[in-house]
This record gives sequence, structure tokens and C-alpha cells, in this order.
Amino acid sequence: MPIEANGKVYETDEEGYLADLNDWNPDLAAAMAKADGADLDENHWEVINFLREYYEEYQIAPAVRVLTKAIGKKLGPDKGNSKYLYELFPYGPAKQACKYAGLPKPTGCV
Amino acid sequence: MSEPWEEEGPGTVKKFMYVNRKAPYGTIYALESLEVVLIAAAFEQDVSMAFLDDGVYQLKKGQDTKGIGQKNFSPTYRALEGYDVEKLYVEAESLAERGLSEDDLLVPVEVMSREALAELMNEQEVILSF
Repeated sequence: MPIEANGKVYETDEEGYLADLNDWNPDLAAAMAKADGADLDENHWEVINFLREYYEEYQIAPAVRVLTKAIGKKLGPDKGNSKYLYELFPYGPAKQACKYAGLPKPTGCV
Repeated sequence: MSEPWEEEGPGTVKKFMYVNRKAPYGTIYALESLEVVLIAAAFEQDVSMAFLDDGVYQLKKGQDTKGIGQKNFSPTYRALEGYDVEKLYVEAESLAERGLSEDDLLVPVEVMSREALAELMNEQEVILSF
């Protein structure tokens, strides 16, 4: 289903993940969240930006367990736990946050 | 009924070894192997990887795929540590035959002889060859 942001239409796959990673911009993330009925605050952005950096470095979207551990390392145990991340991204932190970050669906997600 | 953030245990854990024998590009084997390794690791299995024959090129530093129009997935080998995949074995003979040494590789590995690697293979419960 294509997604619209700032008057431009972007291609996605059938699950809503952005077709071309290079198309990504913050407005697009906000538009995807809005379509899911969510508003992004600074805590969401912290995770989204973290995922973009992770992808830049390793060329993959991390599995949820790996994401949780890596967030804990960088942002502390208050944020590096599943409960906190699920509250931010109730559809599953890796799946939902990766979608907003413009990344492919994490490897190992079925 | 458990909450979604409550992690389930891994259930049965088996010793999986993924054997990589092919050069990283030209066929899909290396990338597919890496993806399956990440999936097995996400299911908290006891995963190790062996690199032999042209498979040792998968770990070569400084890969540049611009000329062939394919994604350079070699940075993903550096993510393995975060998935707790830390047992990477490279066959010494394969490295030497290709004029490579441990310093040419982009992640920490254990270099071992063909004989020692064969013994290690004997200890596995599941071996998948790519």
C-alpha cells in the first residue's frame, strides 16, 4: 500500500515496509505512524534513529532480542527492556519501529 | 496467557554448524547462509559457522560491490556478535591456499586445521552446508 507524505507518494511492500530505503525522511515516518493511529514522541524517535544507525553500520534490521540488548547498551537499562519497547511500539518493537525507520522487516520475523 | 514482552525460553537447543564454502557473490549461498544463521540465532540455538574453500572470502576485509551492482553484505558479519554468534571457525589450509591470513578478515575468528575442524563437525547435531 503506497504511503503519502508531503504530497509525495512512496511505494511500500504489502506489509507497509518502504520499498526504497533511500526514500526515507522523518515526515514519512510520522505519516506511517499516523496511519497506524500512533503519534511519535522523542522516545519513539530515539529508537527509530537508533535503528537507522544500526542498519547503516550492519546492513540488516536487528531481531527484537538484539535490538533490546543494543538499546540497553546505548541508552541504559530503563530503555533496554522489552516492556518499555513494547509500550512504545505495541505491534512489536522491531517490526513496527523498523517500518517507521524505512528499514526492511527484521530477519527472523515471520 | 503471557504478555508479549515476556520472553519465552528457547525450548530445545541444538548445536548447529553452518558450513560456508563459496565466494560471497556470484551465487546466493553466502547471503542465504547468513540469513539462516541470524534466524537460528534469533531462536537462541547454539550456532557456529565454518568457513572453508572459497568461503573464506566471505570474511575478507574491504569488499566493494559497486562494480557488480549488488549489496555489500559483509558488514552484517560484524553484527553476529550482537546475536551471540561468536563461534566462527576458519580453516587454516583454505586461508593459506588463497594467500590470506587472519589479519585479512573483518571479524575475530578461530583459525584451525582441516583435521581439527573435521573433529568439531563430528560434535554437531545439525550441519548445514552452503
